[in-house]
Amino acid sequence: MLNDNRIRVITGHYGSGKTEFAVNYAVKLARLGKKVALVDLDVVNLYFRSREKTKTLEEIGIRVISSSIKGSALDLPAIPGEVLSPLQDTTYECILDVGGDPAGTRVLARYTNYFTEGKYDMFFVLNGNRPETQTVDKAIEYMIKIEEVTQVKITGIVNNTHLLKSTTFEDIISGNKLALEVSKRTNTPLKYNVALEDLVSSIKDIKGEIFPISLYMREEWML
Amino acid sequence: MAKVLMKGNEAIGAAAIKAGCRYFFGYPITPQNELPEYMSRELPNVGGMFVQAESEIAAINMVYGAAGSGARVMTSSSSPGIALKQEGISYIAGSELPCVIVDMMRGGPGLGGIQPSQTDYFLATRGGGNGDYRLLVLAPSNVQELADLVMDGFDLADEYRNPVMILGDGMIGQMMEPVEFKNREGKTIQKKDWATTGTKGKRKPNIINSLYLDAEELERHNEKLQEKYNRIREKEVRVESSNLEDADLVISAYGTTARIVKTAISKLEKEGYKIGLIRPITLFPYPYDEFDKIEDTCKGVLTVEMNSGQMLDDVKLALKGRMPAYFYGRTGGMIPTPEEIVKKVKEILGGDK
Repeated sequence: MLNDNRIRVITGHYGSGKTEFAVNYAVKLARLGKKVALVDLDVVNLYFRSREKTKTLEEIGIRVISSSIKGSALDLPAIPGEVLSPLQDTTYECILDVGGDPAGTRVLARYTNYFTEGKYDMFFVLNGNRPETQTVDKAIEYMIKIEEVTQVKITGIVNNTHLLKSTTFEDIISGNKLALEVSKRTNTPLKYNVALEDLVSSIKDIKGEIFPISLYMREEWML
Repeated sequence: MAKVLMKGNEAIGAAAIKAGCRYFFGYPITPQNELPEYMSRELPNVGGMFVQAESEIAAINMVYGAAGSGARVMTSSSSPGIALKQEGISYIAGSELPCVIVDMMRGGPGLGGIQPSQTDYFLATRGGGNGDYRLLVLAPSNVQELADLVMDGFDLADEYRNPVMILGDGMIGQMMEPVEFKNREGKTIQKKDWATTGTKGKRKPNIINSLYLDAEELERHNEKLQEKYNRIREKEVRVESSNLEDADLVISAYGTTARIVKTAISKLEKEGYKIGLIRPITLFPYPYDEFDKIEDTCKGVLTVEMNSGQMLDDVKLALKGRMPAYFYGRTGGMIPTPEEIVKKVKEILGGDK
């Protein structure tokens, strides 16, 4: 994680688990003592956005940037100038949590001049249990579309194959297979295999780093 | 079929298509936009048709037309949009046509907000439109049940020639959950000999109509409708309940609120409380009889809703004054927490056990 470039852009099909990954990533970096900014650029969907967890994240010392207009449920595609701050201030470890699908990543086009080789990473979060990204071809189609819209190259794949709290070891393994095939075909490295903390010990002999997470975005009563 | 991860709104679309729905007419509104988006993408692939109408009123009248010609058809909206559709819904009910209408409720009144609510209970169960009509109202509690009820909804609509409403809240529409689609092999869509499919010169024209200017004729039509609603009351009640026999208190809730209630109940059980649950799955017909199973020793029934107390009226009717009816609700898009419900129960039952 510390070897990733300073600016990390989190993209993927909507519902792939981008936000949960981005939030966990930010928390991990902050706990390593880093100065972290999490930018919520999701202007597509209004439920389950990282800005809902602003209070929790700020308590850990993370700077959360979302909209200059407060109110987590406002249907306004407003992005503040403040986004530029962690992009320009190189003392920040910067994470951009982007909206789902090519439509959601469109906002990135405004910042492409910050995404120069070696200065950024753009991760494609892949959930093999989502109907739209269950096959290698479909997943690659999404990657291509996202790259076309953003004009930025994806630098890593994150296997986030899960069924929320009912995820099993098998989900992660089958997702790993899918991700490796996508990785081979697109010549893009598989960076992480995301796994709920309880599942980590059951995973052995898997290619790619294991990235343990806890669920920040799911309430206790949700599946 | 293996489980996949889907948003409630997408699962409705997939379930509808599997149930033979080929026509969708709608107009965008948060928090249900993933459904029309899904239908616009998927219906053309199965020879179906998606139209984004110029308004909710246009959309429901397109549903009226398609249903009249015998098609399996659906529309969806969220509270203010459903309010706009009421005239068309009343016409469809009056003309006895099958269709499925999805309401992903948001906070009101007026334009309200975009966060989840359950404030359309009255609208759905009492008829937001004019006339003595009823909708079959189904209230799913998770994405799996949502998909199942959408499929059943199309069958029920055809069987009774009556509009079916899927009443969800913004949360279930937006929530991502594992879902598996039931195999519908063997289920055939019955022939609709009443539909306006063209006489080809071989039969008398079928007429789809809700206008009866002769009072006697209109009364006969109403009597026929009421007979149908009574059949529905007898045959179609669905309810989940637990621990009614020796409960200190029973909680009644539907939809996603019922899940929060279940979490609260398991917390209370750990502390030694005996709490029963009545979760209506059909809101019309309402499971009044289920409340008769509650023993007289029970201290009362607590209704929890994301509104100011709408289903509460039905709970009171069901209790027939046998015991107190308590209420806890949040409004405006606020979601009750398990802790709040636990606190309310302790207030009613008095302190820690």
